[in-house]
Amino acid sequence: MAAIPGGADHSHDHSHDHHPSGLMRWVTTTNHKDIGSMYLWFSFAMFIVGGIMALVIRAELFQPGLQVVDPDRFNQMTTLHGLIMVFGAIMPAFVGFANWMLPLMIGASDMAFARMNNWSFWLLPPAAILLTGSLLVPGGAAASGWTLYPPLTVQMGIGMDMAIFAVHILGISSIMGSINIVTTILNMRAPGMTLMKMPLFCWTWLITAYLVIAVMPVLAGAVTMILTDRHFGTSFFNAAGGGDPVLYQHIFWFFGHPEVYIIAIPAFGVVSQVIPAFSRKPLFGYASMVYATSSIAILSFIVWAHHMYTVGMPVAGQLYFMFATMLIAVPTGVKVFNWVATMWRGSLTFETPMLFSIGFLFLFTLGGFSGLVLSMTAVDVQLHDSYYVVAHFHYVMVAGALFSAYAGAYYWLPKWTGHMYDEKLGKLHFWLSLIFFNMTFFVQHFLGLAGMPRRIPDYSLQFAEFNKISSIGAFGFGLSQLVFLVVVLKCLKGGEKASAKPWDGAEGLEWTVPSPAPHHTFEVPPVVK
Amino acid sequence: MSSSHTPQQAPYYYVPAPSTYPITGSIALFLFALGSVLTMNKISGGGFVLGAGLLVLFYMMYIWFGKVAQESEGGLYSKRVGVSFRWAMGWFIFSEVMFFAAFFGALFYARVLAMPDLASLEHQALLWPDAKALWPNAGPAYDGGPFTPMGAWGIPAINTLLLLTSGVTLTWAHHGLLHNNRGQLKLGLFLTIALGAVFLFLQGYEYAHAYSELNVKMTTGVFGSVFYMLTGFHGFHVTVGATMLIVILCRVLAGHFSPENHFGFEAVAWYWHFVDVVWLLLFVVVYWI
Repeated sequence: MAAIPGGADHSHDHSHDHHPSGLMRWVTTTNHKDIGSMYLWFSFAMFIVGGIMALVIRAELFQPGLQVVDPDRFNQMTTLHGLIMVFGAIMPAFVGFANWMLPLMIGASDMAFARMNNWSFWLLPPAAILLTGSLLVPGGAAASGWTLYPPLTVQMGIGMDMAIFAVHILGISSIMGSINIVTTILNMRAPGMTLMKMPLFCWTWLITAYLVIAVMPVLAGAVTMILTDRHFGTSFFNAAGGGDPVLYQHIFWFFGHPEVYIIAIPAFGVVSQVIPAFSRKPLFGYASMVYATSSIAILSFIVWAHHMYTVGMPVAGQLYFMFATMLIAVPTGVKVFNWVATMWRGSLTFETPMLFSIGFLFLFTLGGFSGLVLSMTAVDVQLHDSYYVVAHFHYVMVAGALFSAYAGAYYWLPKWTGHMYDEKLGKLHFWLSLIFFNMTFFVQHFLGLAGMPRRIPDYSLQFAEFNKISSIGAFGFGLSQLVFLVVVLKCLKGGEKASAKPWDGAEGLEWTVPSPAPHHTFEVPPVVK
Repeated sequence: MSSSHTPQQAPYYYVPAPSTYPITGSIALFLFALGSVLTMNKISGGGFVLGAGLLVLFYMMYIWFGKVAQESEGGLYSKRVGVSFRWAMGWFIFSEVMFFAAFFGALFYARVLAMPDLASLEHQALLWPDAKALWPNAGPAYDGGPFTPMGAWGIPAINTLLLLTSGVTLTWAHHGLLHNNRGQLKLGLFLTIALGAVFLFLQGYEYAHAYSELNVKMTTGVFGSVFYMLTGFHGFHVTVGATMLIVILCRVLAGHFSPENHFGFEAVAWYWHFVDVVWLLLFVVVYWI
């Protein structure tokens, strides 16, 4: 790809603008790189907050009996941990990557709507305040699990209302962010950058943003109905009034299943950038990756009730949802095959981004397999709401999405900061994360198979050993994440200077601009051949 | 950037300078959310916070949209920016479609699945022996007295006619704009707004009628729930659409828009037609069948 490097020599207009400094620079910025950095820092902060909640849960579960928190607080912890990790940590992390990298990858000067981009970010802190602040109100935070099922959610206190409005604000933020992303990808590509020439990360975000725009409003509708059931006397989810609590579950999971892919698909995108770079080979089966990702997105709309096998459903419905769910394994298999085939006979090196990507590849696939197990109705009836489910989705969310986010962070840190990160510390971070992650979650498969229910602060003695291992693993995992913070801070402060293209196998327009990327890039669009 | 560029000449994609509008909007929504939570839980001061949030929100929208109109008239937007606006408005309307889909889904679910389920032998034996799978239905434990559902061929039919006509007048106004016939444009816009206002007035009248004489309330079981949720959110969208039309009329009176460059007008027209289509669906599934 030939490109005109978008350097500082194009700063024609911006010098006339008033540029606030200090805190106001960040509050008012319309620069996609600034906003991307804010997203990434915010998501890491929320990751720590949600992580501390997870550690409260694991501390309570360290041994049988009630020691650390009372059961109601325990439920509040599981609820907020879920909401914060999904909406506060993982989604904003990938939106941060999108903000930083999409304009650089497609050769655009910025996002399509720079002011709205700022608003998308600055809606997150109010929502975070509402969510975490609800811990302090009478009755405490929502304690229903992150899925906010009625009738529990119709009965709870003021904390529930705060959670509902937080979800509304988060929804507005992610819909605006996604409209921005779709528009940027469809309209801001440099001349010659056809859709099928885009780096796969752009494709995955195009598809993800479409999913967000399609399903976040549905979640908004669902929680709005909870709100009116709570305060305005409606009966959507009340059987006595002719409604049905199961209706909520259907609407929620119509949002909730695509949401899983909203988290996973950008992770696929990051890995699809990193693996070719460190295999020194182009991505195997680019077109099939695009089609597979699109298929996954479309299928994600028609499989939602596999979260609800035990709620009562006709057998025909169970069979349909079972087979439709299993169908998703086909495009996912295509992707895994392509990643492996990309590495096949590649000239591999194992820097930290590659390590996290390979960790992703193994563990995400494992999470996919346990998902396949859970897709079988007859099996799920046994495993529903057990620790097997907890293990399954943490393999997908942590070893899938989080590991991929780390891969991306290490991969692009030189571009963002202009310095190489500390490779030794990066590798340490990876190996600690890998070991402690498996220590925490692998044993939860056994706990679930043995029948330990999720979201319960106490358990019978037979589960004590595995819970102890899991809790130790969780604290190890939590502490290991501080290594990442050290790496990033060190990298910001200094370190070996990074060249424009620090990875010799890396491809794409983002490597044609200097490191660190100047404040404004590609104001004159590059021409892509 | 100087304002001498015509839309076709603006050389680069316009990236606005740092702005305080977004943070103003965030504070507004935070106050709005907090105020709503306090009000709904009957905590004193809630109404004040809620009102403050709405005021800040309206202020933010006024200055932000005002700035966008000014930038557009100043020729800062290249053709490509215009394409961005088109994509974004389309996707925004798609998100609105999905928002309504949740409530339509609730209606269909209640009618097709929940009603027969509650009236099944199993439930009758365990819970409510008198449960009936009829629609409209306020649920087996409803005790608010008899209610009469709103008939389709009174006010709702008139309202359908009003909205369909407003779609025609808006298109007529658009043709006026395209042929640089400003009189037709102004008259068409005015008529559209007037039709929208009459629609809203009749909708309000219908609500009052439903509450005072038909005994259909939000508390009238699942029927009242879906009725008010769907028609209420639709009415809210008509209000928003009519407000946007008023803004567009003001801009037209201020001399904005040209036959070539008027996406602000078109975006509002798209929105208005979307609200129209939602009403048609509402009319059929909420009032008629």
